[in-house]
Amino acid sequence: MEQQTLGQRLHIDFPLLLGIVALCSIGLVVLYSASNQNIDLVYRQAIKLVIAMVIMLVVAQLPPADIARSSLWLYLIGIVLLILVLFYGDVGKGAQRWLDLKIFRFQPSELMKLSVPMMIAFYLSDKSLPPNFSRILLVCVFIVVPVLLIAKQPDLGTALLVGTAGFAVLFIAGISWRLLMAMFVLAAAAAPLLWYSMHDYQKRRVLTFINPENDPLGAGYHTIQSKIAIGSGGFYGKGWLEGTQSHLEFLPERSTDFIFAVFCEEFGMLGVLLLLCIYLFIIARGLYIAVNAQHTYGRLLASALTLTFFVYVFVNMGMVTGQLPVVGVPLPLVSHGGTSIVTLMAGFGILMAIHTHRRFLSF
Amino acid sequence: MAREFKLKDNEHEALLIARRVYFSAAIVILLILMIVSRVFYLTVIQHDHFTTLAKSNRVKITAVPPIRGLIYSRDGVVLAENKPSFSLQVIPEQINDIDAVIEELRQLIVIEDEDIKRFKQAIKKQRRFENVPLRFNLNEEEVAIFSVNRHRFPGIEVIAGLNRFYPYRDELVHAIGYVARLDEDDFQRLDQSNYRGTTHVGKLGIEKAYESVLHGEVGYQQVEVNAQGRLIRVLERSAPKPGENLHLTIDVKLQKTAIDALAGRKGAIVAMDPNNGDVLAFVSTPGYDPNKFVNGIDNKSYQSLLASKDKPLINRVTQGKYPPGSTIKPFMGLIGMENGIRTFENESWCPGWYSLKGHEHRYRDWKKQGHGYTDLHKAITQSCDVYFYILAYELGIDRIHAGMSRFGFGQPSAIDISGESKGLLPSRDWKRQALGQPWYPGETLIMGIGQGYALSTPIQLAKATATLANKGKVVTPRLVASTSNVMTEEKQTIPAKPEKQIKINNETYWDDIIGSMRDVVHGPGGTAWRSGLNAPYEFAGKTGTAQVIGIAQDEEYNKDEIAEEFQDHALFIAFAPVENPTIAIAIIVENGGGGSKTAAPIARKMLDQYMLRPEMVSKG
Repeated sequence: MEQQTLGQRLHIDFPLLLGIVALCSIGLVVLYSASNQNIDLVYRQAIKLVIAMVIMLVVAQLPPADIARSSLWLYLIGIVLLILVLFYGDVGKGAQRWLDLKIFRFQPSELMKLSVPMMIAFYLSDKSLPPNFSRILLVCVFIVVPVLLIAKQPDLGTALLVGTAGFAVLFIAGISWRLLMAMFVLAAAAAPLLWYSMHDYQKRRVLTFINPENDPLGAGYHTIQSKIAIGSGGFYGKGWLEGTQSHLEFLPERSTDFIFAVFCEEFGMLGVLLLLCIYLFIIARGLYIAVNAQHTYGRLLASALTLTFFVYVFVNMGMVTGQLPVVGVPLPLVSHGGTSIVTLMAGFGILMAIHTHRRFLSF
Repeated sequence: MAREFKLKDNEHEALLIARRVYFSAAIVILLILMIVSRVFYLTVIQHDHFTTLAKSNRVKITAVPPIRGLIYSRDGVVLAENKPSFSLQVIPEQINDIDAVIEELRQLIVIEDEDIKRFKQAIKKQRRFENVPLRFNLNEEEVAIFSVNRHRFPGIEVIAGLNRFYPYRDELVHAIGYVARLDEDDFQRLDQSNYRGTTHVGKLGIEKAYESVLHGEVGYQQVEVNAQGRLIRVLERSAPKPGENLHLTIDVKLQKTAIDALAGRKGAIVAMDPNNGDVLAFVSTPGYDPNKFVNGIDNKSYQSLLASKDKPLINRVTQGKYPPGSTIKPFMGLIGMENGIRTFENESWCPGWYSLKGHEHRYRDWKKQGHGYTDLHKAITQSCDVYFYILAYELGIDRIHAGMSRFGFGQPSAIDISGESKGLLPSRDWKRQALGQPWYPGETLIMGIGQGYALSTPIQLAKATATLANKGKVVTPRLVASTSNVMTEEKQTIPAKPEKQIKINNETYWDDIIGSMRDVVHGPGGTAWRSGLNAPYEFAGKTGTAQVIGIAQDEEYNKDEIAEEFQDHALFIAFAPVENPTIAIAIIVENGGGGSKTAAPIARKMLDQYMLRPEMVSKG
């Protein structure tokens, strides 16, 4: 038997861990500035990050076969919880997302970010790829049911990410290009339908996305001010703690969804390049793990989780830079917040599990 | 076989997945490049545009201090108002070299070293990117000069605000007090969140006592300001709740009459309504101009106020301590009857002096030849000293102390402004504690005519007079009658403090004393008869003359030989009408000589002003 590396014995992927720690560190530094030097907030966030990392390392210990077996159950539990949330959920910020479990508050939609791709990867890896049409149709049901439940809360950002995660599995599984085109056309046709199902605040966001100057004091305010913050930062940035936009407290949600604007303002284009390199490194590592996975389930899930991670980054940055509508997606591992970080870290734990539980043929 | 097939299948799938992953990776890189180019576009190409926007389009939240409530007199005259004023304010973060900029500013506008000192201290305490005041009360010329040169001073601005103004200046300062700039001590004492943005706080008098009512509640506004910190527009506003207006019990016309009647002499006058304690006039002269204190009085002016021998800073009404003199006699008479020492008709022999048995010292009567046989009526109307020496001696200090306490002597009047003195009502205990000496009988004698240790404040004397006029009903003097809400114009009456009733054995004693006091003014031989001449209404009074310096046994008091500051204080207490009185007055004229000559005519002028008003005449 070949000598196992330290990483394999501990089930830790060190390159991935390095990238994650680098991101979290940057996040804390920016949070300190964005929160107007509230060291207590930074401290609490650091604790959350550490807890999330512990969860990641615990998940990494699970054999991928066990993870695969749990997929169906997690998915079903998730769906039940989502339905429960619609009836018994706590209302926060105009949306019903939270389930009060007495001990802690839980967002079932976060669970779906993991269990949807797990379920689909589990289902598709059962038979040979690429999947036939009827299987694809069933997969679409697997995606649409939770997405609709989450969109109804309403939490458009999470719905989008859950849908993306499911779709990513389908794409990686080799769905034909022709079918892909057909789905795209169908989606375009469904757009008006979606429009009418949207809440007023969501419609406003889309409208002001097209022209933020329409409503500079209301819905367009976020985008306009974050663009000013980014643009005034320049190539080198204004320097840490020197962002006048954020320190004058007029950049909204500057420690959560719009933390990227604070980062841009203070560290400039140069900082953005560095940050993107770190993200790219993590994504590259994730895709490397996917390609080198030993089982189809692992390949599908690893690539889907990695691509979802990227979609997070892209949607957030696109939103903050004024290219995408404001949908409320945090910048992964940098934005302040607890629940999404736990989900992300658990996802990375799955990646590590896939990579480190390799079977070696003994000669 | 099956295993082999599966392996093959796996290989095929791995290839398929790898291809899709590579394709995805290409998309990822494409999208990241899109982000990069977007950030590049914003930070490099559009940098100048957004820098301008950032500098010219800053939004911040500022506190909006509430507008302080106004103070009105009983007759609706404004006694404290808010006048627009201009101050020079600085945002330190927007200035590179503050000292240089201040030097440059000094070429245009007077900025004292004190201003700079205070400004530098304020910078340390201020939050970042907020205004710090450098100069207050710019005059119009200074505002104009700065406005012309404004472009030279980014980060500095003239800000319009409201300044407290007291139109009656020194005439009401002791009642109303004043506001002045908040200092660190005030900030510790007050609710800081509610005083965010507030610059002034009540420091004295009604302004201090009713601070919480006058101040109101802070509001907030979201404003857009440009890079210089100048306000462009208000985006959102939660309005402050303005302070409530106060309606005083003071009657400006009566106040004015009292001040005029004092004719520039030092003294104190209190007039109050015995029915409810409303203070109608509150005069303490000399006063000073409270407007000078609002934005900080300069040290020189303050020192001269402090050093002045007229002591204008002293509130003579509540803090001035004077021997009550003969004004104490009606109270003494009542206590004598109440304790069964004398009936109203019992007579004492007054040869013009009195000595204690076995002592040589002669306690003199003001009337050298004496009053002869004197009953209480005569003792009050003619202010016979010997009668009260004997009465006091027979009562003893303990009973005098107990009796006088019932009228509020030696205790604060509980008027609704702070800083009140409680005067001094001597007792055996007090003397032992304060001076370490036993009480001597001789001291009891002079206590009977309100001399010696006894000291009372004018407000105490007025309250006691009102109690007498009320036949024992004790009311607490107050300056504020009601508050009104600026927004709803709803008036709210401040409830009067609960009344007390002094119980005596025989209610006719009140009539005896009050009748005697009426005859002080209207009776034959009354000490204030001159002031009662031709009065179309009846009033009761008692004169008093308080010695400032002791006079040796065989010396004569000769006004012309004594320096003014050692001349006697003139006192007069009065109330009108005799039945169901509506006004009670206490007057003290410092170094004014005799009470009948100086103080009583002032009361007559005030009573004429008050009693002869059409509404009072019709009521009477």
